Amino acid sequence: MTGSRRLPLLLLPAGLFVLAIYAWPTLLLLRNAFNEVGPTGAMVEAWSLKTATDTFADGFTLELTLNSLQLSLSATAIALALSYPLSLFLFRTDSRFRGLLAVIAILPMLISGVVRVFGWLAILGDRGLVNTMLQSLGLISAPIKLVFNWTGVTIGLAESIMPYMVLALLAGFGQLDRTLEEASRSLGASPVRTFWRVTLPLSLPAIVLAAGLGFVLSMSAYITPKLLGGGRVFVLATEIFEQATTNTNWPVAAVLAIYTLGLLLFLLVLSNLLARSLRR
Amino acid sequence: MNGAGPVLSGLAALVYALILAPIVVVVMLAFSADSFILFPPSGYSLRWFQALAAHAPLLSALGLSMQTACVVTLLSLAIGVPAALALAKGEFPGKDALTGFFLAPLLLPTLITGLALLLFFTPLRLTATLPGLVLGHMTVTVPFVIRMMTTALSNLPHDIEAAAATLGATPWRVVRRVTLPLATPGLIACACLSFLLSFDETVISLFISGPRAATLPVEMVRYVEGRTDPLIAALSVVLIVATLIVVVAVERLVGVARAVGK
Repeated sequence: MTGSRRLPLLLLPAGLFVLAIYAWPTLLLLRNAFNEVGPTGAMVEAWSLKTATDTFADGFTLELTLNSLQLSLSATAIALALSYPLSLFLFRTDSRFRGLLAVIAILPMLISGVVRVFGWLAILGDRGLVNTMLQSLGLISAPIKLVFNWTGVTIGLAESIMPYMVLALLAGFGQLDRTLEEASRSLGASPVRTFWRVTLPLSLPAIVLAAGLGFVLSMSAYITPKLLGGGRVFVLATEIFEQATTNTNWPVAAVLAIYTLGLLLFLLVLSNLLARSLRR
Repeated sequence: MNGAGPVLSGLAALVYALILAPIVVVVMLAFSADSFILFPPSGYSLRWFQALAAHAPLLSALGLSMQTACVVTLLSLAIGVPAALALAKGEFPGKDALTGFFLAPLLLPTLITGLALLLFFTPLRLTATLPGLVLGHMTVTVPFVIRMMTTALSNLPHDIEAAAATLGATPWRVVRRVTLPLATPGLIACACLSFLLSFDETVISLFISGPRAATLPVEMVRYVEGRTDPLIAALSVVLIVATLIVVVAVERLVGVARAVGK
């Protein structure tokens, strides 16, 4: 196309936007981590590591980290156990409703998180679906606590990361060679044996990538731990929000945010390296 | 080995039941006659829809969300589509690095973006204002528009554009008369999804909307934190129906899995 030398000019408005409203605020966030909080609680401009050292010396930060890691691990494990068969089904099915089924699988991603959390409150609450059913069956006498604790948050979180993991798995399955499975079957291996010895090992890189994605999304999720945790579940994400808004302690919020980001980056690099070494 | 087999299909059906459970439960609860969350409801009525129609804070939040999402969509397309055009059609040094730069905001969790925007907006008095909310949401929608439209424009057949250029059309005339008309389904789908992204954006809004200017998701979060009655379920039904209309439209135009996946 002639005149394409002027084409890069079209990048200018978007470029300025990203610089001003994204890159600059992110740098500001980094800068705030070096500020201090005075004895009155007011922020003091500084270039010191005092906020960072104080935050990491506090045992609560370690507790939050362990909470976040444990929650993300359980949510990812549950989501993986559910999204793997679902993705494999979508990959293999020759149903003429395949398109519709794929849309339903990723539908939660498009529906407001608050709506889905509200649904879980109605299913897991004291007078919700599960407790009513168990009580009418006579299995329990008093309602069991399923929300406003770690159980509820884990379930809600697993559901919210599933669509992303389904997409990641489906993208990874693209490299799955069906002829290898057919060879295994025609050589006399049972479907179960074919799954364990051929399908699963071949899809391992996709599993690692999907799990990495789910883990990172769980670590940075705020709405689900906040609402389904009912103020009793403390993770890095809820603490960052509390420090930034309720306590208006920006330096501590910035330190925790950068720390969380570092953890996420480390985990992403790890899962990508693992997936790459598995693919070889 | 053809199809999915009975075992896999059975497992998938179970997972589908789990995925759809919260949505089905919310819809049933919206028609509840009870004053609190009881499932299954002891009776059915439209009282929560009537309550919703009279609930001023939620209605004004709905208005603000609609307003924000409209402005966000228009501005994001206005600056995102030209950038996508340059990235899809242009040949210039540093193109890959620039693409990475534009998509970078999609990598950071909104928890971090929201905090960064709070620190940036507070001294500028942009928190809890319409311009602040619009700019905040655009950190999500602009990269999304660029990613989706770069793919859409790269996949267009090149020979029609080449023919128009050979026949003497100027580059801008080719874009206006050939490229953009061909990309219209993608553009509409992109606009729909940007609207949805802005309308549903919760975390960034929670950081930057004070008590004065709360978007609908923010007001919903506050309501759910304070009380548990089926009012939010009634509102959810309205939102689910609206979302489904958008999803069906996008599916018809380009395919949802392709639009949100890559």
